[in-house]
Amino acid sequence: MSTRIPQVDFGRRVLVLRRRRIAVRLQWRSVVVCAVLAVAVAGTAVLALMTGSYPLSPGQVLSALTGRETGIVHDIVVEWRLPRVAAALVFGAALGVSGAVFQSLLRNPLADPGIIGFSHGSYTGALIVILVVNGTYVQLVGGALLGGMATAVAVYVLAYRRGAQGFRLIIVGIGVSAMLGSLNTWLILMADLDQAMSAAAWGAGSLNGVSWDQVVIGGACIAVLLLLAGMLSRPMRQMELGDDAAASQGVRVWPARLGLILVGVALTATVTAASGPIAFISLVTPQIARRLARTAGITLAPAAFVGALLCLASDYLAQHVAPTPLPVGIITVVLGGGYLGYLLFTEARRRL
Amino acid sequence: MSATPPDTARLRVESATIGYDKRIISEHLSVAIPDESFTVIVGPNACGKSTLLRGLSRLLKLSAGQVVLDGADINSYKTKEVARRVGLLPQTSIAPDGITVADLVARGRYPHQGFIRQWTEDDEQAVLRAMHQTSVTDLSGRLVDELSGGQRQRVWVAMALAQHTGIMLLDEPTTFLDITHQIELMELFTDLHHVGHTLVAVLHDLNHAARYGTHLIAMKDGAVVAEGTPEEVVTAELVEEVFGLRCLVLPDPVAGSPQVVPLGRERTRQRSADNTDVESARNG
Repeated sequence: MSTRIPQVDFGRRVLVLRRRRIAVRLQWRSVVVCAVLAVAVAGTAVLALMTGSYPLSPGQVLSALTGRETGIVHDIVVEWRLPRVAAALVFGAALGVSGAVFQSLLRNPLADPGIIGFSHGSYTGALIVILVVNGTYVQLVGGALLGGMATAVAVYVLAYRRGAQGFRLIIVGIGVSAMLGSLNTWLILMADLDQAMSAAAWGAGSLNGVSWDQVVIGGACIAVLLLLAGMLSRPMRQMELGDDAAASQGVRVWPARLGLILVGVALTATVTAASGPIAFISLVTPQIARRLARTAGITLAPAAFVGALLCLASDYLAQHVAPTPLPVGIITVVLGGGYLGYLLFTEARRRL
Repeated sequence: MSATPPDTARLRVESATIGYDKRIISEHLSVAIPDESFTVIVGPNACGKSTLLRGLSRLLKLSAGQVVLDGADINSYKTKEVARRVGLLPQTSIAPDGITVADLVARGRYPHQGFIRQWTEDDEQAVLRAMHQTSVTDLSGRLVDELSGGQRQRVWVAMALAQHTGIMLLDEPTTFLDITHQIELMELFTDLHHVGHTLVAVLHDLNHAARYGTHLIAMKDGAVVAEGTPEEVVTAELVEEVFGLRCLVLPDPVAGSPQVVPLGRERTRQRSADNTDVESARNG
């Protein structure tokens, strides 16, 4: 693999790899940031595996992971704690990429799948299953996915007018979400206490009781979707220049946009199916990643790492640092609130 | 200059109906872009000139008729293949936050790249050449957000150039620039025309069109009213017919190209020394 300094001055250090049919240009800073984040994710994961009512040493965790422990230590690490850690990591990455896709498409730092009504719609679907049908867990997941997807499609169709413009999508999404939000409140008020409790628990988004099955199935779906997102990332980057510029450079704008929306919604849907809606990770991640990696526009890889780290760290805080174990969604809401405040503050300062 | 017979031009429109949704802008429109010309499309607002440009670049699907590119229907090409032959400088583009000049110019290489072939020696050379031709090499590492309007527009031109197409479409490229940058940009286009690019521009300024264009197309209400050399197209009668503006057409004292001087309401005002020059130019 030959690496050399290119003649073009990009204003940033870049890394060019060329060998046979491969010719790639990467930004040094992105590569370094991703590597550092990967180390941080691994460190946090080990910490999470060590912590609990039966504390373990890093050495015990590592030997359990490499299969050199048997008995209680193996059970604690691999059977009890690892599914949750793996879920936080994979789901966080999925949410991060999902948010990055939406913010790039809509060219707006406030965009995420929630903006086209997905979160409220899936909660409505779940509530109907819990309260009206009184269904099983599988039905709950199905109802949530159906509700989320149906809402997303409805918002897309309502916003469609000679192509779905980003701003129309956001406005319609906010309107529909507000309506569904009040519907959700009404449904909870109508329910009896037990049902309302379980609905609220699902709605907060929690990694409690995530099993290996869910991690493996969800992880496989997410792996495929991340691959698709990676393949669509180049058209996505071109579309940040505007639809006309992208189209004149050979991007098939409509298929690419639809594909990206589907991938973005499906990533969030997969996470929602396993853990309920974990709020705000998809909203804050792309902007944090962009600021860390100092990339032009939104890039997916740093967003995936930041998402994984945020979700993992939030779950650690929710489980071990909070006075009582909380759903991870509570921590991420606090995080998101902080982010929104920061955004308002900087935007206001820029305008004044 | 318009020596190419219309039915062999690389890029032409044949009896096209173009419009948005059900609103038809042009019907039975046939236009050929002479090869290696600097064609300028002029006409009043909403005459369909930008629409024609969008049709030529396949941004807008025709309701009837066809756009012929290099002897075949433009719809028979793959999207990327069209983008390797025809480039477009859109009226409005968006620079992503935090992008540097070279990075933006490099985005123009998209139709030449693949998933794992993103930055070949060819890409690098094309970007260097495009930045050199538009004199933005010195700005290479700067953030696009920090540039002046004129510099930024040159960077967008560089991006379109890096796309390395023989034909470049320019949609009102000078609209938001001050006069110095307008002239600078028009002369850049002339340079590009001289090195072999076929350029098609939509312009509002008739004097720029006449001075820099080699082939003019005047449009009104979606139809072509006249086409030919600037001398053939820019006449007092035609300007009045197309724009509804009464004017004098005088030779540009510098370039010799026809120059439009609107009569307007102020023509009865006391002549100042400036106007005497105009008068002598008119008589001479």
